[in-house]
Amino acid sequence: MNDRAKENKNDLSIHSLSNLDLEAPEKTYLDSNELILNMGPQHPATHGVLRVILKLDGEKVLGTECVIGYLHRGVEKIAENRTYSMFNPYVDRMDYVAAVSNGLGYCEAVEKLLNVEAPPRAKYIRVILTELNRIASHQLWLGTHALDIGAMTPLFYTFRDREEILKIFEKYCGARLTTHAFRIGGCQYETYAGFEKDVKNFLTFFAPKIDEYEALLTTNRIWLERTKNVGVISGADCIALGVTGPVLRASGVKWDLRKAQPYAAYSEFDFEIPTGENGDTYDRYMVRMIEMWQSMRIIEQAVNGLPEGPIMGKVPKVIKPPVGEIYHSIEAPKGELGYFIVSDGSTQPYRLRVRPPSFVNLQALDVMVRGMLVADVVAVIGTLDIVLGEVDR
Amino acid sequence: MAEDVKTPAPPPPPEGEKKPTAEKPAAAAPVAPAKPAAPAAKPAAPAKPAGPVPMPWISPMVEKYRSQYGSGLDAQTYLGQNYLNVDRSLIPDILRLLRDEEQFDYCVDITAAHYPKREKQFDVIWILYSFPRNERVRVKTQIADGATIPSSVSIWPTANWLEREVYDMFGIAFDGHPDLKRILLPDGWKGFPLRKDYGILQQDNEWVRINLGIESGQ
Repeated sequence: MNDRAKENKNDLSIHSLSNLDLEAPEKTYLDSNELILNMGPQHPATHGVLRVILKLDGEKVLGTECVIGYLHRGVEKIAENRTYSMFNPYVDRMDYVAAVSNGLGYCEAVEKLLNVEAPPRAKYIRVILTELNRIASHQLWLGTHALDIGAMTPLFYTFRDREEILKIFEKYCGARLTTHAFRIGGCQYETYAGFEKDVKNFLTFFAPKIDEYEALLTTNRIWLERTKNVGVISGADCIALGVTGPVLRASGVKWDLRKAQPYAAYSEFDFEIPTGENGDTYDRYMVRMIEMWQSMRIIEQAVNGLPEGPIMGKVPKVIKPPVGEIYHSIEAPKGELGYFIVSDGSTQPYRLRVRPPSFVNLQALDVMVRGMLVADVVAVIGTLDIVLGEVDR
Repeated sequence: MAEDVKTPAPPPPPEGEKKPTAEKPAAAAPVAPAKPAAPAAKPAAPAKPAGPVPMPWISPMVEKYRSQYGSGLDAQTYLGQNYLNVDRSLIPDILRLLRDEEQFDYCVDITAAHYPKREKQFDVIWILYSFPRNERVRVKTQIADGATIPSSVSIWPTANWLEREVYDMFGIAFDGHPDLKRILLPDGWKGFPLRKDYGILQQDNEWVRINLGIESGQ
């Protein structure tokens, strides 16, 4: 090991760089050595506190290592020390841009363990709010992703329109981001007067807005240059790496848990699963754009068919699931979000494991950026749509 | 109705647990002597919440492996979810067969659970999914504290980070893992937080004692 490599190793002493071969930085035709570049944890393009150690040859990426855990709050340990209902608000703090989805997955997992079911009206309300949240999550992804690549305007557009969704959340449950919208067994709140109207208004308001985003990006030459053939990953690689969500679908695998193993009321709605062909950043962009349309379709059907009836199932006052284990997962905006709960028959989970989509998807970063340029790393982090609160939990 | 669920949240768990048990006998007492039928109904009521129990899982796949591996394999189903309890020695074979022959091509999650009172303290759990079959299965095995388990990174590359997290949180080492080190916690962290004997306050209290020189009083 030469001196320079040693120095580098010392600089990065907190986390050893065993993945990267520091032993022999060979001279290349450009007469330059390999360079280890530290990106983050405080970096605007890492969407939170992600640290990526890049091994570079000039501008070419030879390898990466992600250093994560800066936002680790021990959610799984907290769960073991809280009752089932007390833990419910904590799940909102994992993927905080899609808090409603987190809550849906958790409530449904506990309901499965209790062997109860939410009434139809509650299921429909859940679907409406979850799909609104999917749109909000995709809007935030689009704005920040485009900003990372250099397009500033979409950020203002998406945040302006996302506000309308957050207003509906606020009117429904009083919170905008960490909503805690659902309860184990159903919903706590009946819809407010004018809820249906607000949701329908949003749909008519939002349809031309997607066109507005697309007008800025879809055929924009700079956007095409920055996203086409960038961060390509094949469907087989996605499956091997456990990548789910829009990233998997953009690689041509037509798989969505809402169709494959329907939960809530999704089996009652008519919608398509968009897929891509090339598995590049542009396809992932298109898949998410179409998903927003599909979410609107689902919301429209759910609002028009919103059944009357109770919003709370027959859940005991003290939630004490029988001894057993359950795994339940939903299609969160980022991919498969799963909860594995072990009950010992007490009021607290004996073990609660969260299977976070962002954490698993982030693992694919290395495969996707090898051989690309440094600037593409930023594009790929954006296109993976990770939320560090969920990666680190 | 909606308020029913709101109420259990504020009181701490021990209170919530005691209340119903304390009230029920008091309420039942005046009823029981009046009607002889009432006590008969009472034992039936608590039996209800026991609800579903794990049943043996019967399928051609299980039969095949059972004849191959005998008693090292036990298949059960609970609430419609299937799982295999597998002896630790069979783990690499079973996992590979599940992927290669049964098309469980997607490793959803790897996790563990700690049972300190058991001789073999840890359950290691693989949650698998098959795209062609649209089916899930869980594989479970028990290992003792300090024992290692073969890594499945060569079977599913996604196992890399998942196994690192299990190591980070439980201290279970995976043989043959390319880069087994902590992932969410800093390298210098002491102990494994998701073990049951790891108290949630010990880290704070220790920090206060060392850095402030006082007892934290938490």
